[in-house]
Amino acid sequence: MKSKNPPGTSRRGFIRGVGITSTAVGAVVLEKTALAEPFAVAKTIGPDAAPITLKVNGKPVNIIVEPRVTLLDAMRNQIGLTGAKRVCDRGTCGACTVMIDGKVNYSCTVLAIDAQGRDIQTIEGLAPAGKLHPVSAAFVSQDGQQCGYCTPGFVMAAKGFLDRNPDPSYEQVEHGLGGNLCRCGTYVGVRKAVLEAAKEMKGSRHA
Amino acid sequence: MPDYSWPPMNDRRVIGKRISRLDGGAKSSGRAKYASDFYRKDLLFGMLLTSPHAHAKIVSINLDDAKSLKGVTAVRAIAAPGDEIQWEGAEIAAVAATSEEIARDAIRNIKVEYQVLPHLVKEEDLSKAGPRAKAAGEQVTGDPDKAFQDADAVVVEGFYGIPVLTHCCLESHGNVVEWRQDGLNLWPSTQNVSGIGGDLATSLKYPAGKIKVEMDYIGGGFGSKFAADRWGVETAYLSQMSGGRPVKLMLERRDELMIGGNRPSGFAKIKVAAKKDGTITAWQSESWATGGIGGGGSPPLPYVFTEIPNKRMSHSAVATNTGGVRAWRAPNHPQASYLTCSALEDLAAKLKMDPVDLFMKNLEVTARADTYRAQLVKASELIEWKKNWHQRGEGDPGPVKRGLGLAINTWGGGGHTSQCRTIINPDGSVQIEIGSQDVGSGTRTVITQVAAETLGLPVGSVQLVMGNNSLPPSGPSGGSTTVGGVSSSTRKSSVNALNKLLETVAPVMGVQPEQLKAVDGRIQMKDNPSKSMTWQAACAKLGTNKISEMGANDQRKPEGLNSSGVGGIQMADVSVDTETGIVKMNRFVAVQDVGLVVNPKLADSQIHGAVIMGICGALMEERVMDAYTGRMLNPDMEFYKLAGIGDIGEIISHLDITPEHDKRGVIGLGEPPAIGVVAAIANAVANAIGVRVPRVPLTPMHVLAALEGRNA
Repeated sequence: MKSKNPPGTSRRGFIRGVGITSTAVGAVVLEKTALAEPFAVAKTIGPDAAPITLKVNGKPVNIIVEPRVTLLDAMRNQIGLTGAKRVCDRGTCGACTVMIDGKVNYSCTVLAIDAQGRDIQTIEGLAPAGKLHPVSAAFVSQDGQQCGYCTPGFVMAAKGFLDRNPDPSYEQVEHGLGGNLCRCGTYVGVRKAVLEAAKEMKGSRHA
Repeated sequence: MPDYSWPPMNDRRVIGKRISRLDGGAKSSGRAKYASDFYRKDLLFGMLLTSPHAHAKIVSINLDDAKSLKGVTAVRAIAAPGDEIQWEGAEIAAVAATSEEIARDAIRNIKVEYQVLPHLVKEEDLSKAGPRAKAAGEQVTGDPDKAFQDADAVVVEGFYGIPVLTHCCLESHGNVVEWRQDGLNLWPSTQNVSGIGGDLATSLKYPAGKIKVEMDYIGGGFGSKFAADRWGVETAYLSQMSGGRPVKLMLERRDELMIGGNRPSGFAKIKVAAKKDGTITAWQSESWATGGIGGGGSPPLPYVFTEIPNKRMSHSAVATNTGGVRAWRAPNHPQASYLTCSALEDLAAKLKMDPVDLFMKNLEVTARADTYRAQLVKASELIEWKKNWHQRGEGDPGPVKRGLGLAINTWGGGGHTSQCRTIINPDGSVQIEIGSQDVGSGTRTVITQVAAETLGLPVGSVQLVMGNNSLPPSGPSGGSTTVGGVSSSTRKSSVNALNKLLETVAPVMGVQPEQLKAVDGRIQMKDNPSKSMTWQAACAKLGTNKISEMGANDQRKPEGLNSSGVGGIQMADVSVDTETGIVKMNRFVAVQDVGLVVNPKLADSQIHGAVIMGICGALMEERVMDAYTGRMLNPDMEFYKLAGIGDIGEIISHLDITPEHDKRGVIGLGEPPAIGVVAAIANAVANAIGVRVPRVPLTPMHVLAALEGRNA
């Protein structure tokens, strides 16, 4: 029995196809919400790399990406924002969690070109340099982390969760943070951290 | 000879305190940089082509179409025509390119022709392994046949299985390598900062002294990240072929699960005999396991209850066409604990005896009867065993059944060989330099606490430099050896440095150095606290000369600062829905023997983490291989299941922090609490539903099959 190399029907290849056909929609959205001095936007993007503008942590960032590039990879490989991690790379583990237009998203399942014109918030934008956001601080005080690789994703998911549930019960925390996975086993600390952060944020109404 | 001994428990200001991990803010703010986060404008992206076949011969490899792609800087064949591939995921070729997307295209453009060969990827049914199963010699103690035939003996027989797990590190294995004319820079994800450079040097036949290693953070290792690895070597060559530009190569998730490391399985047919009062008289086990093409070593059976008078053990290593085994948090112990404790629980059920009583009855055949006796009492109290335990299967009448189970563990945990340097500067600042790594266990915090305690300073006054191979070498983080090693070397270097400082200031204060001590940011007379000077003022006396002193822990001579050998008892409380087969964790109690606990907060986290990892293994995790294609069916995190935050129930850890335990010095804690979790949960499920689920994980499929009386 002989076989050639398999065709490699990876998710990347699949997304690439989807990305090309859906770019017309992306471009229209971008026109409506044009940012200050963005790249001139082509009507169609791809299949080659194209200039796009992303609004990350309140600032426009110009990059040149192929349509198949995920928001996660664009942030990590081109913008240098490496707080969001690539772990499962297919929307299971939550290590790449960011907020898009105020909603929690897995950035590995969003194409960079589809994130144009949207408000992307990453862990790096959560607090000014040298300061810790109350959620991050609670993860420290309750030891909701070990190796720390899942932690930025957890912190962003917790932030998004608390924005919608400012006064959660223990059960709600378990349900609300169910989209993130940890391998070191930090959940005991994470549960306490989210509850502590809720208390802190209620007190100060931190943004 | 200076006095390095730990300060008395009551005098400690920093050691033993629940200090939050010092790198916590860097991690929870996303600022901590891992090897996979390496970002530089000239960075290239490396990628592997791996074998889709479990067993095959390479007929040809054609790299031309990969090389011709724009943006590709290097393409290398790793395997050659004629090579025999022994597992899916084996490295075939590697590329480097200016973007990940181009690298991926290049991988796709490599053409490989394979001659597919017959494979074996499953070992659960030993009769199908044929010549792939290699039996080790039988070990016999006493007269097991006679003991089993004794007319009064109660004999129980069972089959138990625990599958291969994969480490599934969240940061996959990999590294960044920059091989320049003048030297090689390596940024790895490793548990072995001081040693990995030498390992790479050997493979590259390149001077080890010219390899610089740096790593601040690692995204999980669990025993699988010690070596430079094939991909590390390939990354170096890719960099060299690309004019010395840095190349980042991290395994793709599927490769991480196939070749990044796995834990060997453990299957066994076990027979145990006991007197009617529960005294175990005989043990017989026929075990087998796989850890890839090299087979799989024998778990230490019977576990902990080693001195059962009559025993017969045999083991077969099954060579399968699957990725190679790597060390995993307490190698072979979780399997051994599961196999042994399952058989003993089955014995207790047959005797209609409370398994806690059965364990109690047989502690004299263990190496630490007193420890376990006290722990059984403590754990029973914490989980309310007497109130909640019932005879097997005689619990709630409804469809949801609750049950309790227990397990036992033992581990070493002595400190590894480690060197440390303590520097005291004339301005009063303090630096600790050590070539260790913090794998998430809190090593940074522990080292800093030990230095601060020794120098009488707050932790904030100690600057720790670690994570590169130009620093005093420290051992790899495996075997729970780190905390003992680094705390001892740090203690010694800091005592040595402090003594130098005391020698400098004693004449100024008009006393002998031995009359002085460092405490609360001051140097003061031991018997006259009013005679003192501030730390700053004392250091200023150094003039322009800093103090730089070394300290070393010798693994073979820990000199009382650390030691080895612990026991633990773990108990699980579960509910099982007998209609859906779903197992829910109610509570888990881990009573763990330790020595001197440097930081109880981090110690608790270690136990919680170990228990949660065990819950994953008990309820969800399994590498699923396809017998027909030879491929792994779940090399992703959707179907290679890990527990989520809602799956773990309540976890109660208990450490005895007493002078008696403390006087043993520091003992590692990362591994022992990870050992008995699967066993305790499996026993709790058997207690709940009235039948033994013969193999883990305790998925609905396996639970329902056991309830229906068929093999899953």
